[in-house]
Amino acid sequence: MGNVLILAEHRQGAVRDITFEMLAAASGVARDLGGEVVVLLPGSGLDDLAAQIAAYGVKVLVVDDPLLANFNAEKYQLVLGAAIDAYKPSLVMVGHTAQGVDLAPALAVEKDLPFVADVIGLAVEGGVLKATRQLYSGKVNAQVAFKPAETCLVTVREAAFEALEPPGGGAVEKIECPLKEDIAYRQFVEYIEAEVGDVDITQSEILVAVGRGLREEKNMPLVEELAAVIKADLCGSRAAVDAGWLPHDRQVGTSGKTVKPKLYLAVGISGAFQHVAGMKGAKAVVAINKDPDAPIFNVAHYAIVDDLLKVVPKLTEKLKELKG
Amino acid sequence: MKTFVCIKYVPDTSEAVVKINAGGTAVDSSRFSFDINDADNYAVEEAVLIKEKCGGTVTVLSIGPKESEVMIRMALAKGCDDAIRIEDERIALYDPLMVAKTLAGAIKGQEFDLVLTGCMASDDGQMATGVALAEYLGVPHAAMVKKVEMLDGKVKVQRELEGGLMEVLELELPAVLTIQTGINEPRYAPIRGIRAAQKKELKLVNLDDLGLAASEVDSSASKIVLEKLYIPEVASTAEVIEGSDADEKAEKLASILVKGGLV
Ligand SMILES: Cc1cc2nc3c(=O)[nH]c(=O)nc-3n(C[C@H](O)[C@H](O)[C@H](O)COP(=O)(O)OP(=O)(O)OC[C@H]3O[C@@H](n4cnc5c(N)ncnc54)[C@H](O)[C@@H]3O)c2cc1C
Ligand SMILES: Nc1ncnc2c1ncn2[C@@H]1O[C@H](COP(=O)(O)O)[C@@H](O)[C@H]1O
Repeated sequence: MGNVLILAEHRQGAVRDITFEMLAAASGVARDLGGEVVVLLPGSGLDDLAAQIAAYGVKVLVVDDPLLANFNAEKYQLVLGAAIDAYKPSLVMVGHTAQGVDLAPALAVEKDLPFVADVIGLAVEGGVLKATRQLYSGKVNAQVAFKPAETCLVTVREAAFEALEPPGGGAVEKIECPLKEDIAYRQFVEYIEAEVGDVDITQSEILVAVGRGLREEKNMPLVEELAAVIKADLCGSRAAVDAGWLPHDRQVGTSGKTVKPKLYLAVGISGAFQHVAGMKGAKAVVAINKDPDAPIFNVAHYAIVDDLLKVVPKLTEKLKELKG
Repeated sequence: MKTFVCIKYVPDTSEAVVKINAGGTAVDSSRFSFDINDADNYAVEEAVLIKEKCGGTVTVLSIGPKESEVMIRMALAKGCDDAIRIEDERIALYDPLMVAKTLAGAIKGQEFDLVLTGCMASDDGQMATGVALAEYLGVPHAAMVKKVEMLDGKVKVQRELEGGLMEVLELELPAVLTIQTGINEPRYAPIRGIRAAQKKELKLVNLDDLGLAASEVDSSASKIVLEKLYIPEVASTAEVIEGSDADEKAEKLASILVKGGLV
């Protein structure tokens, strides 16, 4: 058939960006496979969301049922599985997101689908579907080919593809919900919003960001002094927050905050994609890291390759002098 | 409470130069230092915390080489009870579904309440093994768990979503949870525990012992082909600040920041 089926992602009444990014990723593949792009939208109360997605010129299959009100991996697996049986797409795309990683691997096992996780590129070469993914937090790329199958499955990395402008058109079609009653073995209870802290780093002009490279909590004064001299707020990577050096509301990245300061000074941060997703909107990025191959340098404007324990104190001293 | 915890022995590549082997399908890991995967370290701690609260036993499960036994003994030293190490070169380790099927083969047929895995292995970053394992075992699961509360016949968990939003849900036991970093504070192994760990059972098994045919988990069973690995082209446009030592580089950076009006 050659069709690409995208599982739309939405939460708390809003379509998530990954949905539009997958639409961009899918169009070329669908063309090469000789099919079209179709979107599956499960949930409850979906009219607005369906219209928003249809504006991308695609057919949206809507499964609107109160049983699907909040994401539930087990229920969504059932709905997506039924759609695969009915529509036999050549490729199914799910976001490599908190929702997608909770769902796709189980679906792959259940339906016996060739599966590649966290893809950043897709291509059809000589009739064979191939995916690009990354290993060692971005230091190595892998090219993976799918063995011939009726349907293949991928999860797509967030922000790996750029959403296009919606051309308009498209259509919405309601389909029946295959789920007839609630399930007991997995039940959604509630959402808990992230805690709000003393400083809102999403509003900061200058941020000093610290990562695992700082090694020990006792080195925190080094970055605190630097931050004080340039009137910056402190933030950090997940590793710094997990280690307890900073509270969670100072975490930058997919599971933390998205920041857009004038200056972002990354100290001892490797630049994993989950981190970069939260800071690549910064106007100027300075990275200090002793590994010349650290992926953070791909998004930096100024780079120092050296030991931060030596660089940071001197930088603080010199800035104090110049600003003095 | 019977818990399995799956741990992986991974290379630390955060500061290392990574080179691809001549064949183009493997990384030359001879110079890396290996240790327990970050998230798995939290999974071990969570398993031990659950055991300390609810009683029962914890079995460590790992597919890995002989050298990984140091890591396994460390988990035993922290309070896990026994371990199974699977070593068999026929397993298609590049495919998380084949890894999950092998792990399921080691668990199936035994009584269990919980299986904990890490949410992501830092080397190949699939974020897939735990959820696939749950499906092979035919039990419910939750991925990226940041809080666990044992209830009667159920477990209540918080799953971490984007932006730090938490999804609270309840699963019937037995269940598989993939553990996210930061859920707890992993302990250091006490000296007494390290000694005790030497006496705990660490079983070595291969596919035959697990009753799995190679054709179920090898590269013929896998539906994907790892064609090649390569070092991605770096698109860096960063201005690298040169200098004879760290001091000189720091001074240059300070001037750039001040002159550029960035601070
Ligand atoms: C679902 C999920 C969500 C995630 N969300 C986030 C998120 O929101 N934010 C986030 O940051 N991460 C997130 N992560 C984690 C992410 O994958 C990385 O593990 C994390 O960003 C690594 O933090 P780091 O760069 O501080 O540590 P590492 O990757 O360990 O890097 C440390 C760096 O310090 C350098 N270094 C060491 N010593 C020195 C020295 N003396 N001088 C100079 N440099 C030195 C090293 O070369 C290295 O590059 C998430 C992961 C998952 C699975
Ligand atoms: N070789 C292995 N042995 C034991 N557990 C593993 C292995 N590979 C992966 N896992 C488990 O699966 C989790 C997720 O891995 P991955 O899906 O590769 O990101 C890890 O954190 C481990 O808990």
